[in-house]
Formats: sequence, C-alpha cells, structure tokens
Amino acid sequence: MPFPVPDENPRAVTDRAPSVGGGFDIARAWTDERVRGVIFQIAMIVGVVAVAVFIVLNTIANYEEAGLSFGYGFLFDTANFDINQRLIEYASTSTYGKAFAVGGINTILVAVMGVATATVIGFVTGVLRLSNNFLVSRIVGIWVEFTRNVPVLLQIIFWWLFMLALPKVRQSLSIGDTVFLNNRGVRLPSPIYEDGSAIVLATILAGIVATVAVRIWAKRRQDATGRIFPVGWAGLGLIAGLPLAVYFALGQPLAFDVPVQKRFNLQGGVSITPELVALWLALSTYTGAFISEIVRSGILAVSRGQTEAAGALGLRRGQTMRLIVLPQALRVIVPPMTSQYLNLTKNSSLAVAIGYQDIVSVGDTILNQSGQAIEVISLYMAFYLSLSLLTSAFMNWYNKRIALVER
Amino acid sequence: MNLKRIAGAAAVAAAFAVTGGAPGQAATLDDVKKAGTLKCGINTGLPGFAYTDDKGKWTGFDVAYCRALAAAVLGDANKVTFVNLTGKTRFPALASGEIDVLSRNTTWTLSRDVDLGFTFIGVNYYDGQGFIGRKSLGVKSAKELDGASVCIQTGTTTELNLADFFRVNKIKYEPVPIENNAEARAAYGAERCDVYTTDASGLAATRTTFSDADKHMVFPEIISKEPLGPLVRQGDDQWADIARWTLNALISAEELGVTQANVAKMAEGTNNPEINRMLGKEGSMGKMLGLDAQWAVRAIAAEGNYAEMFERYIGSKSPLGLARGLNALYKNGGILYSPPFR
Repeated sequence: MPFPVPDENPRAVTDRAPSVGGGFDIARAWTDERVRGVIFQIAMIVGVVAVAVFIVLNTIANYEEAGLSFGYGFLFDTANFDINQRLIEYASTSTYGKAFAVGGINTILVAVMGVATATVIGFVTGVLRLSNNFLVSRIVGIWVEFTRNVPVLLQIIFWWLFMLALPKVRQSLSIGDTVFLNNRGVRLPSPIYEDGSAIVLATILAGIVATVAVRIWAKRRQDATGRIFPVGWAGLGLIAGLPLAVYFALGQPLAFDVPVQKRFNLQGGVSITPELVALWLALSTYTGAFISEIVRSGILAVSRGQTEAAGALGLRRGQTMRLIVLPQALRVIVPPMTSQYLNLTKNSSLAVAIGYQDIVSVGDTILNQSGQAIEVISLYMAFYLSLSLLTSAFMNWYNKRIALVER
Repeated sequence: MNLKRIAGAAAVAAAFAVTGGAPGQAATLDDVKKAGTLKCGINTGLPGFAYTDDKGKWTGFDVAYCRALAAAVLGDANKVTFVNLTGKTRFPALASGEIDVLSRNTTWTLSRDVDLGFTFIGVNYYDGQGFIGRKSLGVKSAKELDGASVCIQTGTTTELNLADFFRVNKIKYEPVPIENNAEARAAYGAERCDVYTTDASGLAATRTTFSDADKHMVFPEIISKEPLGPLVRQGDDQWADIARWTLNALISAEELGVTQANVAKMAEGTNNPEINRMLGKEGSMGKMLGLDAQWAVRAIAAEGNYAEMFERYIGSKSPLGLARGLNALYKNGGILYSPPFR
C-alpha cells in the first residue's frame, strides 16, 4: 500500500504534504493521527454492528427455516405442567408466563434466604476464626478451607443426598406431632386466620414500629445523658408480649392447620421441600465460608490501636467488637460482600441438578415444550441481570451510608 | 438510492445467513455423502435402547436404526457418528443441523411435528406412560394415588401427561422433578417419591436395575400414547423419504421373512416380487430414493430385520425381556404395519 510512513510529529507530515487550495486530501487525512483514530473507530463500530446484524438476521432466518416464529407470544400459551413449590397461585392450566413467574419467585426465595444465612454464618465464623481459643479458631479454619474449596455443585448434591437419607415419610421425626421432618422435607402447621386475627397481626406491626421508635429515643437520650435504656427487653415485650396478650384477650382467634399422616404423605400445613433445604444449606455454607474470610480480613484491617484504645476507655470485649471494630471493618467488608451475594444468586441456578424448581428448571421445561430456545435464554439473562443490578444498587447505597463521614 | 443499497445489502446478508447458518436444509443426503458419516442423535444411556457394550461401542435398539440407515446411505453400518443428547438438547441439535437424524425415544406429537419444524418418519416403538411403585403401598391402580409424590423426568411429554392424568381424575399429587433417569431412580429408591413415572419400556428397564425387583410393581394403567420414532428436519423430503423407507424396509423384511442371515441370498432373486423390488432385483426403487439398488439389502444386513433388532436389544433375548405387545406385526395381533414396496 502506498501510504506515507506515519510520523510521530504531525507537523512534519503537514510540511511534507502541503494541501492545495484547502481541499480534502485523503493521503493527508490518513497521516493525521487524530483523523486516523476516528476512521478506525468508525470501522470498528461498523464491524461490530455488522456482526450483530448478521447474528440477528441469521437467527431469524434459521427460525423461519425451522418453521418457528421469533417472539414472546408463547408466554401466553397454556403450560400444561405442574410445579411443586409455588408461592403464587399456579396450576397446570396457567400460562408459560405464570410458570416463569413462579420459577423466578422460587429463585428469589432461595437467594434471599441464602444471603441472610450466609451473612450470619460468615460473620460468626469470621469472628470465631480470630478467637484466641486455639481449638475454636482451628476448627473454623478447617471448615472454611474445606467448604470454599469444594465445588458448590457437589455440596448441593451432598446436602440433597443428606436430606434423602433422613427418615422415610412413614417414620417421620416429629415434635409433638405438629412439626414433622422426613426425607420429603419439613412440614409445619399453617395458620388459619379467623375473625380478629387481623388485630393480632396489627399489634405485632405496631410493636415493631414502637420498638424502632424506642430505639431512636434511647439513643438520643444516651447521647445526651449517657444513661442506657434496655431496648432489647422493651422490644421483646412490645413485639412478642403485647400481641400474645391481645391474642388471649380476643379468645385465641388464630387456629393452626396441623399436618396429619395420610396414606402416602403428610397432609395439611405447609411443606418445605428437601430440595429447597438442600440448596439453601449448600449455598449459605459455601458463600458463608467466603464471607467468613472477607469478615476476617475486614477485622484485621482495623488498626490494633483501636482495640487497645477501646480497652483503655474501659469497654468490654463484646462492646469493642460491636461498637469500635465492626463499624470500621464494615467499610472494608461491604464491597466484596456484594459480589458474594451476586455469586450466591447466580449459583442458585445449579438447583436444576436436584430438581428445585427455580427459574432455570422451570424455564428448561418451557424451552423443551415450546421450542423457543433463544427467547427463554434471553429471559434468564434479563432476570439474573436485573436481580444482580438490584442487589448491587442496594449494596452501593448501603456502602455509601456506612462510609466514613469526614468532618 | 442509498436506502435501496442498504436494503440490498441486508437481503444479501440474510441470504448468506440462510445458506451459511442452516446447513443441509435442502440436501442432507449430499451432506452425509460428502461427510462420509451419518451424524445420529441418540440417548445418553438407556438400557436396551442406547447403551455401550463391554467394548465401549454404542449399541441398542435406537442405535441399530442409525446403523441400518448408514448402511443404506453410505454402504457401511459403521460410518455413524453418535451424538449423545438429553431430553432437552435433542431438538436444538437436530434443528441446528448438528445431527442428520434423531433416534432417541422421541414421542411423535403434533406440536413437535408441526411447530418445532421436524418430520417424524415413522414409529419404531409403540410405548405408553406407566407408573412403578412399591407393592407395600397396597395400591392396585394409579387412580388411587391421591396425595402421592411422583418422581418424573423434566422436559419430557411424560410431565405433561402426568399433569393431565391427575387433572382429569381430579386427584392431587406432588411432582418431584428430576433431571435424569439415574437420579430419578436414586430418589425413588430413597422413597423421596411414592411412584416413578416414565414410558412403560423405561419402567421395565429401570425395574431390572433394582436389587429387590419383586417388591415393585408396574401399575396396569397406561396413561398415554407414546409412539416413539426417528425424526429429521422438516423441509428435506428426499432425506425424510430415505429415513422413512429404511425403517419400512426393516419392518417389511420381518413380514416377508428376510433376515440378516438370508438377505444376501434373497437379493439374488426370489419368486416373491415384493422382496425382489425391495432388495433391488426388480424395479428401480433405489434410484427413486436417490440411492443405489442394494440400499435395503445393506440396511437389513446391518442389524437384521425389525424382529431381530427387537429381540436382541429389548425383547426376550435381552435383560429387559419386553413382550412384543403392540409392537408385533399387524398379522400377529400388533399394530406394526409397513406400507407396501410397490
């Protein structure tokens, strides 16, 4: 190609190839580093768009060739299959779209449960690992290393097989014949709401609101006067004691549907499937182990002088951890925690291996029955993407809230 | 002018996408001949239908059809590339051209035939969905299963039949969806579910794997029609014809008494004109299909006729020990029936 050799100095190029009459000169434009950059960027964009257009056209052409129509209309067709765990109304006569919703809610359920317990497990074990007690710190250390180094799919299957190894349904373990445990899961009594039960529920809500108010008041008073108010006890009285009193005063308006042993299964009450329990345990211990390390690193990142200073002020060890170390450690802990939460949510799609009916499990069935592969996969992606972005948004907000306020 | 050019470019791109992206829509036969191997989609492992023998070679009732087709088209029953597919991956694999034919216990339904864009070329096994349960349950019929937990493989027509059966009979159940047959057996073995449901042939195969097989029973109800057969992509009629008539040749061979042992001798000529037409001695049926005259001879020589394949892999000479039942020839009380070679 007869292009002039690019030069480091654009002015030199201009000198060598003077333009006549100010007209557009291709050779000159090419030697201009900035113009060349723009040309390459345009070429790049055109290339990317061309590839994207090709993929879309190819897909649509292939779909037409196969006699399929691309689109999301199939979501309104009847699903014709059943789902065993449904938090919203669903039957085999519902639509594919409804089935997707049921699966999505199941994913959110296990993700929320997993995040909550993983956080608790992570914080407890993270603190324990720094314990001065040799035995405690070593046992926790071994557990952490074991758990986070074994693939999570194996752990899910392990917990599933563990659940299957529980007593069979006819030999269920039970607590006073009300709560049952067997290899078909856990069965709990479910509440039956009678007249007046709304008042009891309202009292519980009122109790929670009142406790929050008391806490704010107590903190203000402590800041002002230094006197401590027992918020915990007051809260217990407001949230548990008061509703109980109302419950008995109204003549026990809440009844319970207690599970009974029937020919095949226990019937009545609510059932928690072993698949949910297995997935929940596996995800929360696996992610909990990672969080444990994050918590440990966060605590170690707080200067030792802080602990010593707290000791000098006469704070007890628990108070030092709660009031001095953890608030500072949180700033180190929260950002990596976000990605752990996201991992947990995404790992929940491994549920398909043990038959927990999350969005992927349900979606795969829909895919197979309807043949709309690309649409179903795109729905998975949209679902996980929005779930992850929501989690990130919340964690970023929280991170900002606990950030060091500099005066 | 400019717009026109863009539209033209888009049309070219689309045309390229069609030819470049969907291989072999028009002439699968040419593609198979050019590749020198038949890409056949089979199960990931199902006793009797598709399994590996002690030499690691794929074998079984569904596999035998692939070999017969390869023998008819390519002249060598061993020129088959087997692609193992799950219930979920089988349809995308066929639609995308990853395989030339799917021979994997696939139920012929309207939506698959029409909506998914496939052509079923016949039925090689008439099956139906049944239940297996422990005798200790004291259940005589599937209609007594109110409140039971039912293990089921996901992504199959059995899932839909199950929902229909319980809906029609107005009884409740807890579906326990499982990804594959092995896990379903494990769950059933651990009594995670009271009964396990799949095609009756699969239940028989599963039952043979239990150490306490006599403590389990297959319920008498067959709740669905499951005509299983091979299928190809829609739109290539020549290829569909070849696949269809290879299967018909295997069935007709049983009816006409042509076996793996005597097919070579019969090909030299018999006094039955239909055999002569099928085996290429008379007429030009091979040419009509785009093959040579000896295609059916090779297909039958590969694994024998339908009866020989059935008995060897799933019938009385196999561990499955399935009776011919519906799969006997129409002359013998079954519904197996091949259109004539005329």
